Amino acid sequence: MKIVVCMKQVPDTTEVKIDPVTNTLIRDGVPAIINPDDKCGIEAALEIKERVPGTTVTVVTMGIPAAESALREALAMGCDEAVLLTDRKLAGADTWATSCAVAGAVQKLGADLVICGRQAIDGDTAQVGVQIAIHMGIPVTTYVEKLVDVNEQSITVQRQYEDRYQTVRMRYPCLITAIGDLNKPRYMSVGGCWDAYAKEIKIMTYADIADVADESNMGLAGSPTYVATSTTKEAKGAGTVLKDLSPDEAVAAIVDKLAAMHII
Amino acid sequence: MSRDVYVFCEQRDGVIQNVSYELIGKARELAADLGQQVVGILAGSNIGELPAKLIARGADKVIVADKPILEHYSTKPYTDVVVQVVHEYQPEIVLFGASSIGRDLAPAVSASVHTGLTADCTGLAIGDLVRTVNNAKDKAKSDACIAALGQDVDVVDNSRVVKDRAGNEIPIVNVQYTYHKQLRMTRPAFGGNIIATIVCLQHRPQMATVRPGVMQALEADETRTGEVITLNCDPTNNLEVLETVKSAKASKDITESKILVSAGRGMGSAEKLCEVQALAEALEGDVSGSRAVVDAGWLEKDRQVGQTGKTVRPDLYVACGISGAIQHAAGMENSGYIIAINKEETAPIFDIADLGIVGDVHAILPKLADAINKYKANK
Ligand SMILES: Cc1cc2nc3c(=O)[nH]c(=O)nc-3n(C[C@H](O)[C@H](O)[C@H](O)COP(=O)(O)OP(=O)(O)OC[C@H]3O[C@@H](n4cnc5c(N)ncnc54)[C@H](O)[C@@H]3O)c2cc1C
Ligand SMILES: Cc1cc2nc3c(=O)[nH]c(=O)nc-3n(C[C@H](O)[C@H](O)[C@H](O)COP(=O)(O)OP(=O)(O)OC[C@H]3O[C@@H](n4cnc5c(N)ncnc54)[C@H](O)[C@@H]3O)c2cc1C
Repeated sequence: MKIVVCMKQVPDTTEVKIDPVTNTLIRDGVPAIINPDDKCGIEAALEIKERVPGTTVTVVTMGIPAAESALREALAMGCDEAVLLTDRKLAGADTWATSCAVAGAVQKLGADLVICGRQAIDGDTAQVGVQIAIHMGIPVTTYVEKLVDVNEQSITVQRQYEDRYQTVRMRYPCLITAIGDLNKPRYMSVGGCWDAYAKEIKIMTYADIADVADESNMGLAGSPTYVATSTTKEAKGAGTVLKDLSPDEAVAAIVDKLAAMHII
Repeated sequence: MSRDVYVFCEQRDGVIQNVSYELIGKARELAADLGQQVVGILAGSNIGELPAKLIARGADKVIVADKPILEHYSTKPYTDVVVQVVHEYQPEIVLFGASSIGRDLAPAVSASVHTGLTADCTGLAIGDLVRTVNNAKDKAKSDACIAALGQDVDVVDNSRVVKDRAGNEIPIVNVQYTYHKQLRMTRPAFGGNIIATIVCLQHRPQMATVRPGVMQALEADETRTGEVITLNCDPTNNLEVLETVKSAKASKDITESKILVSAGRGMGSAEKLCEVQALAEALEGDVSGSRAVVDAGWLEKDRQVGQTGKTVRPDLYVACGISGAIQHAAGMENSGYIIAINKEETAPIFDIADLGIVGDVHAILPKLADAINKYKANK
């Protein structure tokens, strides 16, 4: 069977700053990593590959050419093939436009099982995975915390909710989104690193998905949402440290603060 | 034309979730600004008297989908219901709670009906939005949308033709659109470092998932009246639900917690962690800890915060008997608000705390949990 893992490259920090002039993110100098949930998605795919003979794992990302380093890391973990979907036409996409483009690439690659992360740590919407499944018209299960059974026809997974879990079975093609509880991703292997640099990264542009992804849905122009303004949270002032308080005074100080912040 | 503010009302086992009441409360404000109504969407099985509860909290109408297949949440049948409502009623706005159900359902609906969706909002308001367009294609699209949606927009067209040095005429497009009565959705992004305001100008409905606990629910008013409409629907599923198991203590991903009470070695022993647990319960949060506590076996590994544990960004992080080593700070310093309790004034945790208390955790924590419970009971 064929598994496609959708991966996003994200900055390795939450210390992101906004360019005050252009209102865009300053990403220069911030190292990039594989989005943590997606790493769990890759691990899940590799575990399935070990269990179900004949399985291949392709990792795909839509992004700038620099996303290649994250793809190499995925290859070093053990993925068979890496695909970079990159095109100026796709830039500035919101989750609708991102999911339309990625769904197009997945459709062209062909997949029995599609694995996404639940959420990317930078955009933080947790929307793209579900939207890809809807565009492809396939069943989807999000918040997957456990693979119960995988065979050549179907996958059975446990889906986490705040107060319960659900066990569901889906026939292929279908999509799951992985959360951190699903597994502990492996490290790159030495041999894997070696192979990763020998392997070629397959490049796709809009032209490669044009027959399955309408141009009017691509990039900034195809995005229904519009970021009107974004502001950086004001810098954190030095905190207050209170000493020589009795326990009751300390309790009162904390309760007052929590009440003022509407936390309680 | 689209109208009214719709709220997807989440019920589990016949209990309406609080976030739905909060959203109805907010929807009342938005609907007042628009001069429109608040409509609840309620899906489930054997729904009984639940619609009356939504009306008492501020809904003018409730659309009910009552089918056995809707007993427990599943993506496809619930999406079928909300998509049908969107097509039949053409809402102006649809709000969902940012719960593990809302954050699954809302993107499925947005992708199905082709509209935008703003994630995990902490603010919603009706207001103006000015957008300047500088090319003919965007102008044509904007004009077409304004006509199709019947939008209330002021247009100032500063387009003109200029001549370059060679005397060629170059058209410059500059049209300023002031859209009235748009839903302005604000959300923190990048670990709360950025606050973004997002709008959805050219598609309807405008949709958002909204973080639980942020909006204010209205008091129940049993004298309010409203209309209950049964949706004639036939939702289907595309997967098999084998079982649904309620867990008293669901396995917890602390990176999703909005409130964390975190234990350090200064708690003294595994038994004393009950003090931390009690405070977490009072705050409706979860327990996490430092590596020292995990290494000592007082807490499971999946609750460790820090460089080799998890990176968390809750709204509130209470560090109890944690020194604040750099490897720990790396996992929590971006929390919204940090309270630290430590007996040593020189502990590094105080450098990153918003509110630091120099004192003994055992003297403070039990009293603090009591005081919070009392405060909430009297509210
Ligand atoms: C401040 C700010 C706020 C934003 N708010 C919104 C908003 O509210 N609504 C909205 O629609 N857009 C929003 N966006 C745009 C959004 O961040 C981008 O569309 C982004 O490309 C995808 O969203 P995400 O990072 O939230 O991914 P998520 O939806 O959180 O990602 C889930 C999974 O989808 C897959 N995936 C995501 N992106 C890619 C990719 N490029 N290639 C391959 N797989 C991928 C991965 O498996 C990932 O784990 C916002 C952007 C900014 C800068
Ligand atoms: C490579 C590496 C990775 C690491 N990764 C992590 C990580 O992911 N997460 C992590 O947490 N650590 C990590 N560490 C360990 C880290 O360096 C610290 O050792 C650890 O965080 C200390 O935990 P602590 O604050 O609970 O304990 P301590 O440093 O022992 O601090 C206990 C604190 O409690 C206070 N205290 C004692 N009694 C009381 C009382 N009655 N009332 C109030 N206060 C009291 C003390 O004043 C002291 O400040 C890592 C270390 C290394 C080298």
